[in-house]
Amino acid sequence: MMRDFYGVALDSPLMLGTAQYPSPAILEAAIRGAGASVVTVSLRREGGQGQAFWEIIKGLGVPILPNTAGCYSAKAAITTAQMAREVFETNWIKLEVIGHADTLQPDPFGLLEATESLAADGFEVFPYTTEDQVLAARLLQAGAKVLMPWGAPIGSGLGLNNRYGLRTLRAAFPDIPMVIDAGLGLPSHAAEAMELGFDAVLLNTAVAQAGDPVAMARAFALAVQAGALARAADPMAPRDMAQPSTPVIGKAWL
Amino acid sequence: MRIEVNGSEREVTGPTLHAALAELGWSDARVATALNGAFVPKGVRRETLLKEGDRLEVLAPMQGG
Repeated sequence: MMRDFYGVALDSPLMLGTAQYPSPAILEAAIRGAGASVVTVSLRREGGQGQAFWEIIKGLGVPILPNTAGCYSAKAAITTAQMAREVFETNWIKLEVIGHADTLQPDPFGLLEATESLAADGFEVFPYTTEDQVLAARLLQAGAKVLMPWGAPIGSGLGLNNRYGLRTLRAAFPDIPMVIDAGLGLPSHAAEAMELGFDAVLLNTAVAQAGDPVAMARAFALAVQAGALARAADPMAPRDMAQPSTPVIGKAWL
Repeated sequence: MRIEVNGSEREVTGPTLHAALAELGWSDARVATALNGAFVPKGVRRETLLKEGDRLEVLAPMQGG
């Protein structure tokens, strides 16, 4: 069963970013071909490209999740969110308050402050957070109804860096929709996120920077489908010692 | 008056933000505006007066992750 995101049930657990593709045509083909259910976008100084990009995004016909990428303070993120709401006509906001340039890891204090302020102002906040369970609880208290824990630092392609932390987080808040956002490099990482019980994955670089982004997007779409099926099928528990799968009884005396 | 638009010095007549956007060629563009770091909703651009040295940000949809 897929949890919904602020009342929106998604057709696919695959959310894709729209940056760094070789061309707008490849971006469009990748997103359509993979059946991505949500696309992320940003706001930047208008330099002549924005209006054409808007037409492409609007034409995809899927929910738009604007981000506050590059914001290093709650104030900057809040202002960006307000501007994004007007431009993209959505209350959804992928809230990024970045704490460090090398790791692009969230600033938990700024993130909490901005979540509280935006939720009170009617935004539907998707906070980009770590696997920290205490922070997660505080974000939910502040009004977030979705969490987006990282897999690994943005753009790193390292996969799920802290499986223990992510598993603990999933178990701690069983009713909260959660998206693994950032750090995925391969479809197997996405499948693993789904196997752990997460509701969706959001990635960008792994698809956009692949040699063939359209094929890679499709590979991720199949992987999340496999992972979700596996989760629903109740996987076996791992064990340390071998146990023969072929029956021992009836074995020949040779 | 001289104001800063997206980081560059520009000469505009104004006097309102709405008028300045028209001068800059963004009348019908899908953009959001912030003046001196604070969001200015579309609906209040006509009543927002500019002054010398103001810092205007005009943001548009862009690719993002």
